Amino acid sequence: MSTIALHDEHNHDHADHGHHKETLISKYIFSMDHKMIAKQFLITGIIMAVIAMGLSILFRIQLAWPDKNFPFLETFLGKWAEGGRIKPDFYLALVTIHGTIMVFFVLTAGLSGTFSNLLIPLQIGARDMASPFLNMLSYWFFFMACVIMMSSFFIQTGPASGGWTVYPPLSVVAKAMPGSGMGMTLWLVSMVLFVASSLMGGINYVSTILNMRTKGMDLWKMPLTIWAFFLTAILGILSFPVLVAGVVLMVFDRSFGTSFYLSDIVMGTDILPNEGGSPILWQHLFWFLGHPEVYIVIMPALGISSEVISVNSRKPIFGYHAMVYSLIGITVLSFIVWGHHMFVTGMNPLLGGVFMITTLIIAVPSAVKTFNYLATLWRGNIRFTPAMLFAIGLVSFFISGGLTGIFLGNASLDINLHDTYFVVAHFHLVMGSAAIFGMLAGVYHWFPKMFGRMMNAKLGYLHFWLTFIAAYLVFFPLHFLGLDGVPRRYYAFTEFEFMKKWLTVNVFVTWAAIMAALAQVAFLFNFFYSIFKGKVAPQNPWESNTLEWTAPVEHLHGNWPGEIPTVYRWPYDYSKPGHDADFIPQTVPFSQTMSSNLPHDFEGNAEAEKIQQDWELANPVEENKG
Amino acid sequence: MSLRKFITNKTTAALAVLITVFANTSVFAQDAAAGAAAAPKVDMGEVYKSVIFYILVFLAVCLFIAIIGKAIRVYELSREAQGKPVGINWNRIHASLFALFLVIGLYGVYWEYTVHGAMLLPAAASEHGKKIDEMFNLTLIITTIVFVVTHILLFGFSYIYKYSAKRKAYYYPHNNTIEKIWTIVPALVLTVLVLMGFLTWRSIFFKVEDPNHKPLQIEVTSEQFKWSIRYPGADGVVGNKNYKLTTPTNPLGIDFKDLNSRDDEMADEMVLPVGKPIKLILTSKDVIHSFYMPHFRVQLNTVPGMRTIFEFTPTKTTAEMQQETNDPNFKYLFLCAKICGAGHYNMQKVVRVVSEAEYKTWIAEQKTYLNDDLRKQFNLPVAPAPVKSVADSAAKDSAAVKTNQMALNK
Repeated sequence: MSTIALHDEHNHDHADHGHHKETLISKYIFSMDHKMIAKQFLITGIIMAVIAMGLSILFRIQLAWPDKNFPFLETFLGKWAEGGRIKPDFYLALVTIHGTIMVFFVLTAGLSGTFSNLLIPLQIGARDMASPFLNMLSYWFFFMACVIMMSSFFIQTGPASGGWTVYPPLSVVAKAMPGSGMGMTLWLVSMVLFVASSLMGGINYVSTILNMRTKGMDLWKMPLTIWAFFLTAILGILSFPVLVAGVVLMVFDRSFGTSFYLSDIVMGTDILPNEGGSPILWQHLFWFLGHPEVYIVIMPALGISSEVISVNSRKPIFGYHAMVYSLIGITVLSFIVWGHHMFVTGMNPLLGGVFMITTLIIAVPSAVKTFNYLATLWRGNIRFTPAMLFAIGLVSFFISGGLTGIFLGNASLDINLHDTYFVVAHFHLVMGSAAIFGMLAGVYHWFPKMFGRMMNAKLGYLHFWLTFIAAYLVFFPLHFLGLDGVPRRYYAFTEFEFMKKWLTVNVFVTWAAIMAALAQVAFLFNFFYSIFKGKVAPQNPWESNTLEWTAPVEHLHGNWPGEIPTVYRWPYDYSKPGHDADFIPQTVPFSQTMSSNLPHDFEGNAEAEKIQQDWELANPVEENKG
Repeated sequence: MSLRKFITNKTTAALAVLITVFANTSVFAQDAAAGAAAAPKVDMGEVYKSVIFYILVFLAVCLFIAIIGKAIRVYELSREAQGKPVGINWNRIHASLFALFLVIGLYGVYWEYTVHGAMLLPAAASEHGKKIDEMFNLTLIITTIVFVVTHILLFGFSYIYKYSAKRKAYYYPHNNTIEKIWTIVPALVLTVLVLMGFLTWRSIFFKVEDPNHKPLQIEVTSEQFKWSIRYPGADGVVGNKNYKLTTPTNPLGIDFKDLNSRDDEMADEMVLPVGKPIKLILTSKDVIHSFYMPHFRVQLNTVPGMRTIFEFTPTKTTAEMQQETNDPNFKYLFLCAKICGAGHYNMQKVVRVVSEAEYKTWIAEQKTYLNDDLRKQFNLPVAPAPVKSVADSAAKDSAAVKTNQMALNK
């Protein structure tokens, strides 16, 4: 850290010598500055989100009007939509790539990548990440992963199409479906690069948080965002390598004739030579990552919403310690619940019972978080900024989607709900919509920090209300399809008599999805327009306590021009009685806020308590007033 | 003076904008009306299908929103210039919208529960299915209460505690008692659910076999994109298979050297005797599929290289279910629930639950898998006495069970 500080001085002294002249490439492309990398992650994530959303609209069109032709589809998709109708193989490719992009590229890289990079150094008071170079590599590996994933749309056999969980043998045996050829190879390569990116990021986040906190910033003074990013990074570091192991074995099975996942397979009458493997092994390896992955997705969103809700309720987050412990609880438990994805996959039923117990336990910390959010809102003074709206939306989705998890986590109920639309509705609410809302809340809240300008609030309001309503209209009815036994990933509902009654619901859901997609135009316009033309942001637009708002609006390498500010208090001193303003930044020492200090603030420091008592005796009037 | 001029200017501007909005909308309305009038002459189908039309509609909407945005902006600026408090109290608007959303949303949930909730699967047609349904109902009641209460609190608080410059929020960082309560209460409720779920799960998958009441074995084999059903024949045991024996004439790879296989029968539909325990033996030839029989609350994946087993007892015949659902065309069926390729969306077979007597007449009509071609292939006599085979296998029943057990252990 001292070297960086020196470097910074050097920069100041010799700026005119042009030592640090930044070229376009070093500033915008191969940047090692955490703020620029955060923006790169965000914009790439947004582009990927738009693509994935577009894919979802395509398959929603197929589901709503399975017997209609849409000539424009042929214009865009060529042979995959001959005659204006999406083919079954391509339909599966669409759902697969939609899932992969959303889960990994948008909600993992786009969310963690953006906000961990932006906020970790700024909120803990560091000049940059522990390893800026690794950080840059992390982005570029992610970028390559995106490019390779998208490139699979431009090959003859099409993208991977075995679902985002790519269960073997479907994804391994090339004859099983066209997408299991070259497209699947690209998927695997892309995934290896993605995991590498994610690991480099994660190691960086953990080491930065552990080693580079500014003076006074002990772990229990960190904002909940940082706690969430920290635990998310740990989850990623421990679980992503398992996915790579699984992926490497799959590459071996696909390309070198091994039999890790294959045994006793006959394609038509063609007997494959593989013996002794088990497809269930992949499921274990995949879900050992896959389940922590959903928490990798939701925890940063929860961290962001904790911060946003507290700031905009003008109240300390309720139960800060409980919030941290429940995050830790979720982190630990998330490693021992993966089997709930496999209750009916032929895994030993004994294990099913065990995984059901661990799974339902994880609902407890989640419930605590929800109640704490509600308690934070209670008797607050709520400012409905766009970020706050999205954070409230997140809480609503987290409740709605979380509750249906209690059904699915129950092995007995999962028998009839597994792989139905109930599952689709559940995870789109609890991790899809909730995490996206967390991400959007973060974008609206920290846009001034990222770009030095404000986003248009009114477009934000419009964006929120349209998206919030549309998301419920899309996902709420889907529960009922699942309860009627309609399986997911069905190309059309036309072949089953009992599914035909849901066709009208499908049409409705598709229109709602189109509405949700169009609502994003309001966001995209707002976002890109405000980067260049938005109102210039003030230093601390939301009157927030955290450290990032003490850094100057103009970005500079090293974040703070002089010394890094020292931290004296926790980040949630909002509306503290006895203080004139309704917020006290973390950098304000207790000696300047004598009228509002509470015994609890001194954490048992006898000397400080004594000083406070003396002061209170000397200023009895002030205290009464407070 | 200049201020007043400014205000009048802004007001006129606002008025002008509003008039433009009105004019625009009426123009659009006229356009639409004209379009409607022209409909009989021109084929509008193509126009509606064309993307350009929708893009234009969307752009018009955007323009409309932009105009409204500008109008609001002008209004707010004029208020500001007049020195009055900020024109629109957005906090109050959002608070009211949340309250409205709560009311409409709760009604929407009620509507969904009653309308779409009435379109769901009929009550379970199997013994264990009833337990699952009970569990489901209990979970539904608990979660619905939590859902409604938390949402009332969430949006209610949003409404009540909207921003007011006069108020200061209540500094309330924590309360250990409350936190303990809302950790322990969910934990207790979940313990109840976990225990019930665990016991139900065990009762489904860990059944003690009653030697006098042996379940009927039925083997189901999945492949892209169809199901094959194998009944055990008179010996009551489904014979061994070996995927290496798969040929065009023996698509399931049945091993006819195993005596249990020789009387195994094929069937186009799954016919089940009511009230009798059924032991499904599920296998797959190529990729993973999922055997899903929603009316019976039965689902288990079929995995290549593995036998998965699900035992259940159907309790209602198809005819009874037709009466119960008031649908003379009602059919039980099973389908594939695990993504398995292009034909995944159409992998179904009909299930018929009938009385024991009907089942006996039906099963007697089914053909065995073993035919003359296969006899040649396996070097078996071409026309054996079927009676002997039955007697033979009956005598070896216990041995057969043993082999089966071994296969299971494998």
